[in-house]
Amino acid sequence: MALLEVRDLRLSFGGLKVLHDISFSVEKGVINSLIGPNGAGKTSLFNCLTGFYKPKGGSIHLGGRPIAGLPPHRITALGLARTFQNIRLFKEMTVLENAMSGQHCRSRHGIVSAILHLPAQRREEEAIRAAGMHWLDFVGIEQHAHRRAGGLSYGDQRRLELARALASAPELILLDEPAAGLNEREKLDLVHLIRRIRDETGITVLLIEHDMGLVMQVSEKIVVFDYGQKIADGPPEIVRADPRVIEAYLGTEE
Amino acid sequence: MTLDLVIQQLVNGLIVGSFYALIALGYSMVFGVIKLLNFAHGDIYMSGAFVGLIVFSFVGIWVGNGWLGVVCALLVSMLAVGLLGVVIERFVYRPMRNAPRLSILITALGASMVLNGTALALTGGRHYAFNTDLGFAGVDISTVHITYTQMVLVAASIALMAGMQAFVSRTMYGKAMRAVSIDMGASRLMGIDVDRVIALTFFMGSALAAGGGVMAGAYYGSVHFFMGFIMGLKAFTAAVIGGIGSVPGAMLGGLLLGLLEAFGSSLPFVGSEWRDVFVFGALILFLVFKPTGLLGRSVVERV
Amino acid sequence: MIDEVRTMPAAVQPQLMRWSVVLPGLAALACALVLPQFANAYVTEVATTALLYIVLCLGLNIVVGYAGLLDLGYAAFFAVGAYTSGILTAEFGFNFWLTIPVAMATACVAGIIIGAPTLRLRSDYLAIVTLGFGEIVRIIARNLDITGGASGLVGIERPEIFGFKLMQVQHFYYAFLVLALLTAFVCLSIERSRMGRAWFYVRYDEDAAAGIGINRVTAKLQAYMMGAVIASVAGCLYAAKMTAISPESFTFNQSLLILLGVVLGGMGRIPGVVLGAILVALLPEVLRGAGTYRPLVTAVALLAIMLFRPNGLWPDKRV
Ligand SMILES: Nc1ncnc2c1ncn2[C@@H]1O[C@H](COP(=O)(O)OP(=O)(O)OP(=O)(O)O)[C@@H](O)[C@H]1O
Ligand SMILES: [Mg+2]
Repeated sequence: MALLEVRDLRLSFGGLKVLHDISFSVEKGVINSLIGPNGAGKTSLFNCLTGFYKPKGGSIHLGGRPIAGLPPHRITALGLARTFQNIRLFKEMTVLENAMSGQHCRSRHGIVSAILHLPAQRREEEAIRAAGMHWLDFVGIEQHAHRRAGGLSYGDQRRLELARALASAPELILLDEPAAGLNEREKLDLVHLIRRIRDETGITVLLIEHDMGLVMQVSEKIVVFDYGQKIADGPPEIVRADPRVIEAYLGTEE
Repeated sequence: MTLDLVIQQLVNGLIVGSFYALIALGYSMVFGVIKLLNFAHGDIYMSGAFVGLIVFSFVGIWVGNGWLGVVCALLVSMLAVGLLGVVIERFVYRPMRNAPRLSILITALGASMVLNGTALALTGGRHYAFNTDLGFAGVDISTVHITYTQMVLVAASIALMAGMQAFVSRTMYGKAMRAVSIDMGASRLMGIDVDRVIALTFFMGSALAAGGGVMAGAYYGSVHFFMGFIMGLKAFTAAVIGGIGSVPGAMLGGLLLGLLEAFGSSLPFVGSEWRDVFVFGALILFLVFKPTGLLGRSVVERV
Repeated sequence: MIDEVRTMPAAVQPQLMRWSVVLPGLAALACALVLPQFANAYVTEVATTALLYIVLCLGLNIVVGYAGLLDLGYAAFFAVGAYTSGILTAEFGFNFWLTIPVAMATACVAGIIIGAPTLRLRSDYLAIVTLGFGEIVRIIARNLDITGGASGLVGIERPEIFGFKLMQVQHFYYAFLVLALLTAFVCLSIERSRMGRAWFYVRYDEDAAAGIGINRVTAKLQAYMMGAVIASVAGCLYAAKMTAISPESFTFNQSLLILLGVVLGGMGRIPGVVLGAILVALLPEVLRGAGTYRPLVTAVALLAIMLFRPNGLWPDKRV
């Protein structure tokens, strides 16, 4: 059974059909990419998977459990984390506080135990903080832990978004254009980081990316969208040779 | 309820309802383009009533206290208060356009309170009489007397709203307004002067509210600095009932709310002191069961 | 009195102890403690009002400053507390201390009735709905028999503690001082906890907060109810101090003053809010002769702060 199973997913806004009967699956432990020209519906698919948009039809299963139509926080709690195409950090808060936010759904103490300063609550706070530091360290920005998140460089902000998503202990992580705006060096670091995510933590990765070089380098499976339809999926070398993919990209990319 | 009472409340409901509709329309239009509630809207209505009264007492010296005076007051007030709306947009909303929503809301509240506080300081909180001699001539339906004034007021509100609807749906500016309300960024890219469209929307919304203020002042015969507070609340309710952002929705919501209030408060167990509670209850029920209102469409915010 | 609250984090989290914060804080607390011994009744009275506003502003700060929700009817919860306690002691002979939990529960229920339908919607809807709610509570208080109608409720019992009856201004001064310290302690504890951070996440970016697993509706509802509970406790003590309450103590203007206190000093931060609350309490004293100009002054202050110093008079110096 695949980790993520999407079947006949449909989405529209008013008269505009954004996703037409999309079906694909993501196997555990594989690095997957989702590509397609601008406006193909990639981000919209992520928004359906994570509960921000309610699909008009079809089903989504995560680890065998149906998640279509659930609110975003429930889906995150079930093990699906994401980053946003246009970075959405809590800019006014510290880097560490941002990283700690991912732990919210993995902890439970509320207002009353905070007021009473219960020992269990103190311990949990320590654990949340430690987890935050751990993931900052993992992405390599622990030295900025106490700075304001909005003050980080662009590349570091992307890393922080990644750390925050990782801190929610997901099974599957969705990255929406993680390399956008990065320079070549930073892109290399990112490839390395994505591989480490899978190799060291076992978290499965699905990323949207326009940089074909990076996509071909890092992915083991590629899904291609065009005009809200899936036009191809498979290993990079097969997808690269697919005539429909070449057609879709002629004049837009490569 | 006797038939007479029904007719009487129908008339009352239509009149109040058309005031609500005028104010709700301004709310909705401004909300449409900037996606924010204009908290100052109720106080703009109040300002309209006061400006109307001032103009009325001046021109009354020459043209008398009849229709001509009221029409002058209405037009001047709509123009002046429309400009006031533009000023508020320019100095309160525009500098805050990229600020967090909470800050914009509090700033708008501040602007509203400044209008209100100014009116209180200038009037000392007194009620001012808006004495017209429009008279009570009219027609009788069974025992219910409907004055010509009442008919003209309802007709005038409907004409104003119809004019607005025509403007929004037929003219270039109306088209630009709709474009901005759908996608501000894209409109700017397509060469629409977004700032100008927003200013124009504030002008029209405020002018409508001022028109409502003058008519309500002339109809009830009195104006007061606090008259905009409850009106703002009710116009919001009307806009929610109709579907906020929708022009026909605002009209429908206003009329429905007017009728609801007229009939609701004449129920034996409700009573007029509970009228506002009744309206508020309707608002909460709508927010629970139909937050998009009767004619509104739900939009999915982009993530 | 401003600084005493800043000592709280040091007391709570030893690793954050800094003498530059603790010493002025302790000095301010000492001043606050001895103030009634040296001040005359008028000053003590004003200081008591300031303490009341500190409690109310800290409570509203949870809603506005932490969770980013604009509540324009906060005085309604203050009224719910005052009337619940007043009615229970005056009409049913309850012990004052027993009325506090009842008032808290009532405020919670009222908070859910208003919050649950509106917190799912856009934040500006909440602002208007709370505005309406503030008016409605006042109208209800004016029209019911049990609340004493427009003239209000009289003959509220003074509370007793260990056989000692709170009577004089000084007694209530100390009672409010304890309540203010307690409230500050509660706010600080929450601010540095999981739920407190969740409120800030929701305030700064609701979608991102939902995306990392925070239930935004319950988070907001909890903040809203927490604020309601604090206001209701303040209401209980207020009713006991005044022995008579009327609907006119809980107007829209009251809500606005509390909001001004939160915004003036710097929303979201306890020291700023305490400063704002003290300024708001002093405002009527300064504007004694201003009469009908008072609301205008409040309004201009609010607008000017938002346009020119949106982070308040005493903003956070975060890196
Ligand atoms: N909330 C929404 N309301 C209306 N239309 C939307 C909404 N979200 C997305 N769309 C439309 O859906 C289509 C697909 O958009 P989407 O953002 O998913 O594309 P994408 O593949 O991520 O493109 P890009 O590579 O540029 O990020 C576009 O036409 C877009 O305008
Ligand atoms: Mg996209």
